[in-house]
Amino acid sequence: MKTHPVEDLSHLPTYGFGAQSPMWWGTLGLFAVEGMGFVLVIGMYLYLWFINPAWPLGVTPPNHWPGMLILLILLASLWPNAATERAGREEDLPNCRLLLIVMSLVAVLVVGIRFYEFTTLHVLWDTNAYGSVVWFLLGLHALHVITDAGDTIVLTVLMFTRHGHGKRFSDVSDNAFYWYFVVLTWIPLYLLIYWFPRM
Amino acid sequence: MQHPTWTRPLLALPFLLAGCAGWPSALDPKGPTAADLAWLIQLFTVLLGVIWLLVVLAVGLVVFRRRWTAAAMPMPKAVHPSEERRPTVIVMALVVATCITVLVLTGLSFAGQQRLFGVDEPAVTIQVTGHQWWWEVRYQDGDPSRVFTTANEIHVPVGLSIRLVLESDDVIHSFWVPNLAGKQDLVPGQQNQLGFTVTEPGIYRGQCAEFCGLQHAHMGIIVVAESEPAFRAWQEAQIRPGKLPETAEQRQGMQVFLSHACVMCHAVRGTPAGGRTGPDLTHVGSRRHLAAATLPLTRGSLAAWIADPHGIKPGVNMPIVPLASDELNSLAAYLEGLK
Amino acid sequence: MSEGTASAAELRDTDLDGPELRARLARTWGTGQGLIARLSTVDHKVIGKRYIVTTFVFLFLGGLLAVAMRLQLARPESDLIGPDLYNQIFTMHGSTMMFLFAVPVMEAMAIYLVPLMVGTRNIAFPRLNAFSYWIFLFGGSFLWIAFVLNTGPDVGWFAYVPLSGPEFGPGKRADVWAQMITFTEVSAILVAIEIITTVFKQRAPGMSLDRIPIFVWAMLVVSFVVLFSMPAVMVASTSLILDRLVGTHFFNPAEGGDALLWQHLFWFFGHPEVYIIFLPGTGMVAEIVTTFSRRPVFGYLALVLSLIAVGFLSFGLWVHHMFVAGVPQLGASFFTASSMLIAIPNGVQIFCWITTLATGRVVVRTPLLFVLGFFVIFVLGGMTGVMVASVPIDTQVHDTYFVVAHFHYVLIGGAVFPLLGAVYYWFPKITGRMMSERLGRWHFWLAFIGFNLAFFPMHVLGLRGMPRRVYTYGPELGWTDLNLLVSAGSLVLATSFGLFAWNVVRSSRSGDPAGPNPWGAGTLEWATTSPPQPHNFDRIPAVISREPLWTPRDSLPVVTGLSVENRELVVSTLTDARPELRESSPEPSIWPFITAIATTITFVSSIFTPWAAVWGSALIAVCVIGWFWPKGSKEDEE
Repeated sequence: MKTHPVEDLSHLPTYGFGAQSPMWWGTLGLFAVEGMGFVLVIGMYLYLWFINPAWPLGVTPPNHWPGMLILLILLASLWPNAATERAGREEDLPNCRLLLIVMSLVAVLVVGIRFYEFTTLHVLWDTNAYGSVVWFLLGLHALHVITDAGDTIVLTVLMFTRHGHGKRFSDVSDNAFYWYFVVLTWIPLYLLIYWFPRM
Repeated sequence: MQHPTWTRPLLALPFLLAGCAGWPSALDPKGPTAADLAWLIQLFTVLLGVIWLLVVLAVGLVVFRRRWTAAAMPMPKAVHPSEERRPTVIVMALVVATCITVLVLTGLSFAGQQRLFGVDEPAVTIQVTGHQWWWEVRYQDGDPSRVFTTANEIHVPVGLSIRLVLESDDVIHSFWVPNLAGKQDLVPGQQNQLGFTVTEPGIYRGQCAEFCGLQHAHMGIIVVAESEPAFRAWQEAQIRPGKLPETAEQRQGMQVFLSHACVMCHAVRGTPAGGRTGPDLTHVGSRRHLAAATLPLTRGSLAAWIADPHGIKPGVNMPIVPLASDELNSLAAYLEGLK
Repeated sequence: MSEGTASAAELRDTDLDGPELRARLARTWGTGQGLIARLSTVDHKVIGKRYIVTTFVFLFLGGLLAVAMRLQLARPESDLIGPDLYNQIFTMHGSTMMFLFAVPVMEAMAIYLVPLMVGTRNIAFPRLNAFSYWIFLFGGSFLWIAFVLNTGPDVGWFAYVPLSGPEFGPGKRADVWAQMITFTEVSAILVAIEIITTVFKQRAPGMSLDRIPIFVWAMLVVSFVVLFSMPAVMVASTSLILDRLVGTHFFNPAEGGDALLWQHLFWFFGHPEVYIIFLPGTGMVAEIVTTFSRRPVFGYLALVLSLIAVGFLSFGLWVHHMFVAGVPQLGASFFTASSMLIAIPNGVQIFCWITTLATGRVVVRTPLLFVLGFFVIFVLGGMTGVMVASVPIDTQVHDTYFVVAHFHYVLIGGAVFPLLGAVYYWFPKITGRMMSERLGRWHFWLAFIGFNLAFFPMHVLGLRGMPRRVYTYGPELGWTDLNLLVSAGSLVLATSFGLFAWNVVRSSRSGDPAGPNPWGAGTLEWATTSPPQPHNFDRIPAVISREPLWTPRDSLPVVTGLSVENRELVVSTLTDARPELRESSPEPSIWPFITAIATTITFVSSIFTPWAAVWGSALIAVCVIGWFWPKGSKEDEE
C-alpha cells in the first residue's frame, strides 16, 4: 500500500511523566485491581459482621496504638513523598537520592511496626472467622507495604548507580505515585479494624 | 388460581414435553405450586420463542435478499446520514419494544415470585436434613411424643399446605421434586424453607439438585401424596416403635442387628439401637426404596446392600459389615419386617 | 524532560525508504533464532500466536472430556466411568473451558490484533505480556498434570464450600483448582492492564475515541471488567486455600464463617466472567459484519455505549446464581430485574448488526456463516437466559440440564461461533494464507447441526427432572432416549472440530496466498503485510476516519521521525490521539520466563506449605529486580 508522510515526530521527547507515561497508567491499573481486592475483603468483613450476632467474635477489639502509629507515620510521609515525586519530575538527582533514602527508611519502619501490630490483635487467624478476616485485611496491606518498601529500596540503589538518569526519573515519580495508594488504603482499613468493632 | 382462557391452549404443551406418567417433570404439575410455575415457564417459552423466531427470520430474510452473488468482493460503500434515518427509527422502535417486553416479563416474574413465597400456615411441617447421600426426615408436631424420624421417603396429605424446613449436616444439597414444586438448597449453618401443596395423589420422584460429592447422582427422593385419612394412618404407624420380629428368622435377624456395628449408626425405636449417623430404620420395611431411591426395597436388595454397599453406591459412608450368609438373610428378613 | 534532539549517529525512518527501511526495522524489532531467543521474545504477534495455539489445545482437551462424559451418559447406569473419575472429568471440563480456553483465547486474540488495529508496533509492557503467557501455560499445565496424576479437582468448576473445604475435600485436589485460579487470574489481569494502556496511550495519531474499531472497544471494556471482577475470585480462592491449609474459618459456619460467602465472592466474579467471554465475541461479530456487508457498521455510538452498559450491568447480576440458596426474596427480585435489563443493550447490538447487513451488500463467506450461526444460537440462549433470570422459573430449572443448555447456547453461540468466524477471518493476516472455503462450509454446518442436536434436548431433560453433575441415572426416570440423542449430537460436534483442525493444518501448509487485504476490509491491521512484519508498520499510520482503508485515497497517510535502530513507538493522548512521545519499547529479555518459573514454584509449593509464600516471594523479588534492572541500552535509559 502506498503511503505519504503527513507529520514528522522527531522532535518529540522519549519519555514523560504522569498521564503521559504508559507506566503511570499501568500503576493506575494496579490501583484498580488491588483497590478492588481491598474493597472485597472489606466486604467480607462486613458480611461476616452482619451475619454474626456478636462482634468481634469472642474477643476484645484489637489494641489500636500500633495501627494509629502507622496511620500517623503514613500521613506524615505524604510530604516527603510529594517532594520525591517533584524531584523526579524536575530530574533533580541529589534530591531524588536523599528523598528516596528517607522514603525507604519510612517504609522499613512501617513494616517493622506492622509485624508487631499482628501480635496485638488479641486473636489468631484460626481462632474464628473474625480472626481470619482481620488477619487477611492486615496481611493484604502488609503485603503492599513490603513490596513498596522493596521497590523503593531497589530504586534508591539504582539512583546511586550509573543508571540514575533519563527514564529513571519517570520511575521515581511513578514509585511515589504508588505510595499514595499504600497510604490511602490504610485509612479505611485502620478505621474498620480498630474502630468499627468498638462502635 | 384461574388462568385466562386464552392461555388454556398453552397447557397442551406439557403433553409434548412432559413425557409419560411416572416420569418426573416440571411441566406435569400435581399441585397449585407446581402448576403456577409450569404456566409461567410455558408462557415465557412461547413469548420468547416467538421473539427468537422473528430475529432468525429477519436475519434469514436480510441475508437472502441482500446477498452478493458475484465472485469478486464489491467495493465498500460510504453511508450518508440521510440514508440512516429510516433504519434508525426502526431500530429505536425495536429497542422500545424490547424494553416493554423486558418490563412485562419482569412484572410477570415478580407476581409469580410473590405467589410462590407467600406465607401459608402449614398443616404439616417436616424437617429435612441433608446428608451425604441420604435425606433425614423428621415430622414436627406440637406434642413431642408425636415427633418421629424416617428417611428418604416423605408422605404428605393431599390438599393441605406442606412446609419443609431444610437444613444440612455436611455440604450443600438441594431438595427438588419437579412435579410438586421448585427447589431449595439445604445449606449448612442456615435454615431454608420450601412450601407446597399437592392436589393429585400419587408417588413422585425427586433428586438432589446440588452437587454434593461422589453419590450426588444417587440421592433420590420419594414423595407419596395420599388422602388425608391414609396419611394419618401412615403417620400413626410411623409414630409407633419398631415392629417386633414375628418369625424365628426375624428374631435371629434382630439379634444380628443388635450385636453388630449396625447400631453404631442406625436407630430402631423400641430397641436399644439409637445411632443417628445413618438413616432411621424403625419402619424401613414400609418404604418403597432403599439407599435414597437407588434400589427398590425387597429382601434381596436389602441383603445385597448390606453385603456390599460400595458396589451399589461407590464412596458411600456405610462400611461393609462382614456377615455369614445365614446372618445376612435373617437380617434382611428382620428389616423387611420393620413395616 | 529529555530533549528530543536526534543524536548524530541515530538513524530515523525519514532517512530510509522502501525495502531498506523495512529490512532495518525488521532487524531491530525481530525475534532471533534459537531457543533462548524464542523464550525471550517480546513480540506481541509471536506471543499472541503461541497463546492462541495453547488455548485451542486446551479447547480440544476440554472437548475430549466432554465426549467422555457423553459416552458415559449415553446409557443409564453405565459403568464406563465411575463417580470419582466422572467428578474429576466434569470439573476439569468446566475449569479448562472457562479458565484455560474461553477467557485466555479472547485475551490472546486481543494481544495479537489490538496493537495492529490501533496502529502501533507492540503491546504496552511487552515483557509483562511474555510473563502473562508463561504463567498461563504453567498454570494450565499444573492443573492437567495434577489431573493425570489422579489429583484433579472434583468439586465442580465453581467449587462450592463446604464440599471443597477442609472437612469434605481431603487431599490436594481443591487446592490445585484454587491455585490454578491464581495463575490464570494473574495472567488475565496483567493482560488487561496491557490492553488498556495500549488502547489509551498507543493509538495511531488521529485515531480519536470515535475512530477506534469496535473489536478494540470490546477488548477495552472487557479489560476493565477483568480488573474489577477477577480480584473477587482471587480473594475467594485465596480464602479457600487458607481455610484448607492454615485453618482459617472464612467458610466455616461453626466458627462464624458462612458457606454462602463463597458463593457471593465467586459469582461476583463469575457473572462478569461470562461477559468477559462474550463481549469479545460481539467485537468479532462487529468487525466481520462490517467487512462482509461492505459498509461501516450501523450505529457505532449505540454499539460502543451498549458495550459499556453491558460491562457495567454485568456486575449487578451475580445473585441470580443463588436464587435457591436461601437469599432474601426482595433482594433476589432486584437481581431478576437487573438480569432481564441486560437484555436491552444486547438487543441494541443485535439490531445494529442486522441493520448493517440489511443496508449493505452481504457477501457470504465462512466468517459470516459463523456470525449467522451466532445469531441463531446466541439469541436462543439469550431467551432462555431471560427465563432463568426469573426467580420462580429458576426454582425449577436451576442446577438442571436446562441451565447446562442455556449456558452452552450463550457461550458456544455467543463466543465460540464468533471466535471460529474470527479465525477464518484473521487467519490470512496471521499466516499469509487463506483457509479452505469449502472445508469451512462443511465445518460450519457440521458444527451448527451437531451443536443443536447435542444441546437442544438438554432443555427438555432439565424440565424433566435431570439435575447437573450426575455421573449416571436410572432407566426408570425417562431420560434415556434424550441422553442418547445428546451424546450422538456431541459426536457430530466433536467431528466438526476435527474438521476445523484439519482445515487449519492444511491451510497453514498449502492454503492460497492471502496478500495484505484479501477481504477488502477497512481497519489498520489490513494495511500491512500478511503475516505482518516484526515492527508491524514500516511507518506508523495517521488516521482520519473509522475505516482508514475505506477512505478513498491513493495512499495511506503516515507519520515519520521514529528511530530505525532502537525500538520506538508513538505514545498519544487519550481522547484525540495527538502524538506526545516517541516511547522506547523494551527489548527481548529472558527475565519474564525466569520470573514465571519462580512464580510457578512459589504458587505450587504454597499449596503444600504456607512458608513457600515467604521464600517464594523472595525468589520472585530477585527475578523481578533482574527484570527491571536497566541494561544500559538506549531503550532502557532514554
